[in-house]
Amino acid sequence: MNTVTRAQLAESIYTQVGLSRNESADLLETVLERISAALSDGESVKISGFGTFSVRQKGRRIGRNPKTGVEVPILPRRVLVFRPSQVLKAHVNHVKPPEGGGDDE
Amino acid sequence: MTEPGQSGSLQPVVTDSETAGGGSMTKSELIAELSAANPHLRGQDVELIVATVFNEITAALSRGERVELRGFGAFTVKRREARTGRNPRTGEAVPVDEKAVPFFKAGKELRERVNRGKRESRKPADSKGRPGAGVAA
Repeated sequence: MNTVTRAQLAESIYTQVGLSRNESADLLETVLERISAALSDGESVKISGFGTFSVRQKGRRIGRNPKTGVEVPILPRRVLVFRPSQVLKAHVNHVKPPEGGGDDE
Repeated sequence: MTEPGQSGSLQPVVTDSETAGGGSMTKSELIAELSAANPHLRGQDVELIVATVFNEITAALSRGERVELRGFGAFTVKRREARTGRNPRTGEAVPVDEKAVPFFKAGKELRERVNRGKRESRKPADSKGRPGAGVAA
């Protein structure tokens, strides 16, 4: 299966916006960095028409090593979750996005 | 690591809550931040850059491709088989078609950073600290 990486995204910025290749790559990096920084602060990031990245606080719980069956505490932690918007879901299913479905949260 | 909530009743999960630190950033706020940091760019160009990034990811996923951004994460499409669902209100059985669902898995670097909290490591992604160089404390 084909995989899209930073290189292709930077190339798209290059062709769409007309910045230099170098600057296109830098700006892509900046976009990802800004999103990462907000998430590290515990903020959620809402990209309308795409989806919402949010940080969920997980409480402490008892886990188990599946091999040995030994109980181990799983410490409280923060995890990142992504909720795709209706529009993105529609795209991957090749259907029309729901009318007025800008609600994506 | 196992996903919560699927192994019956273990200990009660203490505090699972959305949006650990409160607050949120929207696409327009992201654009505003980028504009402020890049005064030499026109606002409409910054908008176009942000739109291009998410449009390209969307397009790739619609083609069934994956998008892998090292350190940040990977977007993939998962298939969900057709099943018989139920209208929760009436209890009536309804067929649910097979469908595709967009999925994002955070990369190691971002996962660790989010778990650590607060912005401390704000260096560009490619400075020495290779993801995975040091295992979590």
